[in-house]
Amino acid sequence: MRKIIIAWCSALFMPVFAFSAQASGAVTSFTLQNGMDVVVIEDHRSPAVVHMVWYRTGAADEPLGKSGIAHFLEHLMFKETETRESGEFSRIVEENGGNDNAFTSWDYTAYFQRVAADRLDLMMALEADRMANLRLNPAEVDTERNVILEERAQRTDSNPGALFNEAFRQRAYPNHPYGIPIIGWRAEMEGLTRADALAFYETYYAPNNAILIVAGDVTPDEVRVLAETHYGPLPPAELPPRTRAEDTALPQDQRFEFADERVAQPYVMRSYRAPERDHGAQAEAAALSLLAEILGGAPSTSVLGRALQFDTQRSVFATAYYSGISLDDTQFTLINMPSAGVSLEEAEADLDRVIADFLENGIDPEQFARIKFLYEASEIYARDNASGRARLYGMALTSGLEVEDVQTWPEVIEATTIEDVMAAAQTLFANAPRVTGYLTTAQRAEN
Amino acid sequence: MMRLITQIGAIGLACLLHIAPVQAEIQIQEVTSPNGHSAWLVEDHSIPFVALDIRFEGGTNLDEEGKRGATYMMTGLLEEGAGALDAQGFAQAVQGLAAEFSFASYRDTIAISAKMLSENRDDAAALLHDALTEPRFDTDAIERVRAQIQSILASQTQDPDTIAAQTFNALAFGDHPYASPEEGTTDTIAALTREDILTAYRNAFATSRVSIGASGDITADELGVLIDRLLEGLPETGPALPDMAGFDASAGQVVIDYPTPQSVVLFGLEGIAMDDPDFFPAFVLNEIIGGGFRARLMDELRVQRGLTYGVGTSLSTADWQPMWLGQFASSNERVAEAVALVDVILRDIAENGVTEEELTRAKRYMTGAYPLRFDGNGAIASIIAGMQQSGMPIDYIANRNSYVDAVTLAEVAAVAQRLIDPDRMLTVIVGQPDGLSATR
Repeated sequence: MRKIIIAWCSALFMPVFAFSAQASGAVTSFTLQNGMDVVVIEDHRSPAVVHMVWYRTGAADEPLGKSGIAHFLEHLMFKETETRESGEFSRIVEENGGNDNAFTSWDYTAYFQRVAADRLDLMMALEADRMANLRLNPAEVDTERNVILEERAQRTDSNPGALFNEAFRQRAYPNHPYGIPIIGWRAEMEGLTRADALAFYETYYAPNNAILIVAGDVTPDEVRVLAETHYGPLPPAELPPRTRAEDTALPQDQRFEFADERVAQPYVMRSYRAPERDHGAQAEAAALSLLAEILGGAPSTSVLGRALQFDTQRSVFATAYYSGISLDDTQFTLINMPSAGVSLEEAEADLDRVIADFLENGIDPEQFARIKFLYEASEIYARDNASGRARLYGMALTSGLEVEDVQTWPEVIEATTIEDVMAAAQTLFANAPRVTGYLTTAQRAEN
Repeated sequence: MMRLITQIGAIGLACLLHIAPVQAEIQIQEVTSPNGHSAWLVEDHSIPFVALDIRFEGGTNLDEEGKRGATYMMTGLLEEGAGALDAQGFAQAVQGLAAEFSFASYRDTIAISAKMLSENRDDAAALLHDALTEPRFDTDAIERVRAQIQSILASQTQDPDTIAAQTFNALAFGDHPYASPEEGTTDTIAALTREDILTAYRNAFATSRVSIGASGDITADELGVLIDRLLEGLPETGPALPDMAGFDASAGQVVIDYPTPQSVVLFGLEGIAMDDPDFFPAFVLNEIIGGGFRARLMDELRVQRGLTYGVGTSLSTADWQPMWLGQFASSNERVAEAVALVDVILRDIAENGVTEEELTRAKRYMTGAYPLRFDGNGAIASIIAGMQQSGMPIDYIANRNSYVDAVTLAEVAAVAQRLIDPDRMLTVIVGQPDGLSATR
């Protein structure tokens, strides 16, 4: 299914680990005269490329009251330009044996095609065209609004877990725009107009707000020549500063309950406000990444899994996750899905108890060594997946990091000690503002 | 350990569009091990690991009478302790080698995927061999996995896609295993004993039914030795496989009331086997109707009218009943319009075939996209294991695009007339659709 939105639907179970792997070889970067950044990731094993353009704009950059406009524009980017008719973009990609798609998150909007390497020239011509020459037909805007409303119905309104996540983020980010859903609030989506989409486009879609990433069977020199030809002539825009409303005076301990009759398996989720990876300053994020793996990695070896699924059978599933790639403050999250007969209150108490024991007892050095080795190996496995690496660089570079931050990340992880992880854990669990949510069935709420 | 996120596929049958991939450029070697097992290998030494995909034909179809879910549960237990190691010891050993193992059961097959670093491949293979030949099925592990499966089953009862698929299968496949959920039911899972799990285990892994694909940093000789080590101790034969399922749905529409703002629609007809002479015309036809973004259904429902976020169809080449299936979701207020439109489009295609332009476009896409499926060692190992299991010849890769290119407009029209018969279609709708009711 295309026009996927990542991050807002099932972020719940997204393995943090999967995105922390990277290889440092054969990555080249440079910047065009007009300010467009370019990253080339070489993989010559098969004659294919992934061509991606990432914009440093997303749902967290939307004007007040226009939630969903970044994502709506993403859909409308597949419509007409001054010289190409609606749908021609995807038709040309398909006729060339390629696949194309796009996705929106809070900090970025990205477009990509996967094609034979000798079609890269054509892909750049198409993508550069819609960066500068989008034209929106009012009737098509109206039809596409229905598509995003159906998308919201399918991915959010039909899924109590997704609705719970939405309510959760509203509390975790009461003022910061990470608290609005990427897809948008339904009432605001219904009011999104052609003018709203064009205003967002004019403001943010420009080469100096974009990153070109090409991964696959190409050389940096080939990419440079093509990029200068197609993207080089586009004029840079004057960009607004990327500042967002802040959460000041965040409550230290918020709680809420979300009931839905369609919930089959209740659980408790708790998130702590946590620092993200910053350019040149990734040490604390590295400690938190390792902490998440230690607490919530594989159930049979992680602290939460062992305590709640193995040593006792209090839970059917317990985990922790942390995603450090984010422009602004991120979250460190714990989840506990209790076994039958264990209440959510007890499940929350179980989390508290396991974390308290962990803070007292510390980290098993053997487990720490295994996790370090897993990180090392994940760099080898990551080299098998050029698209995945392209995506990692795109996320990083739209979230305030630079190429060198991605490349030094394995060293930062390697340099992290058990003491560093414990210090990060003490700070997080003692001081960070937190939200605790119960996802329950309607029956419970009525009781 | 069971994954708590269940994969919601069309109806969980193997889908050709996912398993038939092959790559025009890769070189496959046929390897025969010293003990006579065969495997296909794509050798590539550029990254120091190997991906293996090992498939045993049979899958959850082999559940014995009254023991539905036993194979699924058994598969989930394979990584919960083997040989001298209990569940935690086994997981620690696997992590200590940074190997990745996954064990998955499907209707027709059990698939074991592994990634092993070159630096410790022998040790990793020894662990995988233990999981295959000496699984412990410890009582505490059985109870833990049983609780996880019950949790999954509870979630499935609240998932509209799963409700649609299970309803469809129950109506379509009579007494065949395809008719019932392979994960079992609350009752069958509750009743399974360790003995049942052992029976499922003994039935599942016969070396005469294995297909093996490997890709990455390994030579043919090394692979032969590795395979013999992995399969050492498994039985050669297994119990009888099921008969063909048949598709005995009397046509019509079923509506399952479910409190959701959007209805899920699942529709299906008898499909076509891969060895049928009309298979490639049908393959191209499916692409034109519901394969991609520019396909007829997507264009009419989504692009022209905004009736859905997405609609797709696929040819399922499940071993015991090929099917042609489609699925979409539309808001309760608009779903009747979408269902009616699908009917109009299918009748038009059955009667008039497709256009020359559609055929040309589909062929260009299918032949152009084909080589791109060679997407890393993991993907290749899975692809070439699947090819063997489907009985495809090793030169299929070189010829596949020519089969697609050879399809004519008249062949597509003929196969459309043969397959696309809306009067025989079974449609399951889950939701609270306005203006739609059951017709059977």
